[in-house]
Amino acid sequence: MKKVLSSEITKAVRALCISAACNLEPDVAGALRTSLAREQSPLGRDVLSQIITNFEIADKESLPMCQDTGIAVFFIEVGRLVELDGSLEDAVNEGVRQGYKDGYLRKSVCHPLKRVNTGDNTPAIIHTTIVEGDRVKIKIAPKGAGSENMSALKMLKPAEGVNGIKAFVLDTVRSAGGNPCPPIVVGVGIGGSFEKSAILAKKALLRSIGSKHTDAEVAALEAELLKSINDLGIGPMGFGGVVTALAVHIETYPCHIASLPVAINIQCHAGRHKEAVL
Amino acid sequence: MTEPIRITLPLSDADVLSLKAGDKVLISGVMYTARDAAHKRLIELLDRGEKLPFDIKGQIVYYVGPTPAKPGAIIGSAGPTTSGRMDAYTPRLLDLGLKGMVGKGARSKEVLDAMNRNKAVYLAAVGGAAALIARSIKKAEIIAYEDLGPEAIRRLEVVDFPAIVVNDASGGDLFKQGVEKYRRVA
Repeated sequence: MKKVLSSEITKAVRALCISAACNLEPDVAGALRTSLAREQSPLGRDVLSQIITNFEIADKESLPMCQDTGIAVFFIEVGRLVELDGSLEDAVNEGVRQGYKDGYLRKSVCHPLKRVNTGDNTPAIIHTTIVEGDRVKIKIAPKGAGSENMSALKMLKPAEGVNGIKAFVLDTVRSAGGNPCPPIVVGVGIGGSFEKSAILAKKALLRSIGSKHTDAEVAALEAELLKSINDLGIGPMGFGGVVTALAVHIETYPCHIASLPVAINIQCHAGRHKEAVL
Repeated sequence: MTEPIRITLPLSDADVLSLKAGDKVLISGVMYTARDAAHKRLIELLDRGEKLPFDIKGQIVYYVGPTPAKPGAIIGSAGPTTSGRMDAYTPRLLDLGLKGMVGKGARSKEVLDAMNRNKAVYLAAVGGAAALIARSIKKAEIIAYEDLGPEAIRRLEVVDFPAIVVNDASGGDLFKQGVEKYRRVA
């Protein structure tokens, strides 16, 4: 067994919260830079230039690129040979508490009905799996509400098939318009159950931008949907243009013979994700 | 790309009528921040027949909840939030003399009708460009609802705050016009 201390987890989470908010990962930064040359709308190019200048300032001055520093979402893999000295959840939440305070990040978490702010951005949303090995891998994806609110889930009939999935994705992106801060990344979870499809969609957003699904049929659907979305004309911030999405990522899972769950999780251009391995 | 138009707050009817959907503007002067929770309280004040905490005539409300300022900084990152969440409250403020809103995303028909009736303008700032936008904010002070934290009402002094006219007072709509121009499907 390998011991991993709660204090090490807290320290790593604290650092991840701050760097995710301030330092855009190279895959997203690169995709945004490339999109500038592709955009045909002058106003769209102007918006993309502001977005690029903004994440450069944020990185250089250690400022949050967006004021919505999100609710902290984690995917954590714990090796089966790891021995923890305390609650994983408590250690992660303490890291969030410290990171959001020390990093001057916005505390955006409140009671769902009373709407009273918890004051320290906890509790985090934590998805944990047990895997082989003796490491703890922590992935963070702080999620702003502008794009999260434009997400959707639908239980399709199996007869609706791939065409039904395409129509649902395009309708969701079209009706979201400029709200989720395009250019967006679209995460699609197909199959599983009601809740599994949503987790798949979220996980899809954590893939490196533009990475293709290993199944050629799914990869082809990703490419087709990306083209269809960019044909909608929404453009950067919804002002019109050809760069509406940077990528479409699909994840699949077997489902019941009678159902076809489809979840769509939309990510704004500030596609923040970071990981640490202990 | 055309040069941005400089506008100074507060806005007159003539200022508003000169702005057209798609215009790039640089805003200077004083504007006030408010999001969902602050709007709710403002409307409750009006329901009780009380006065608003600031004079709304000719003003612009900026939909923003900034990050905390680092020591020595004027404000933290301060980009726009989704305007649609304020749709239920906005017509009443427009009828009281509010001349403009800065946010992101589309507005409801009720808001557009109230803008038309009161000669007001809706502008968008670039969502997520929060560190860049903060550079145009030269002074920030909380004037109401400090307990709301990021959602408190702040008085901002801005110089050359970058925005784009989305809905003008004569029905022009950048979202509709822009998307129609670049749409390649039926």
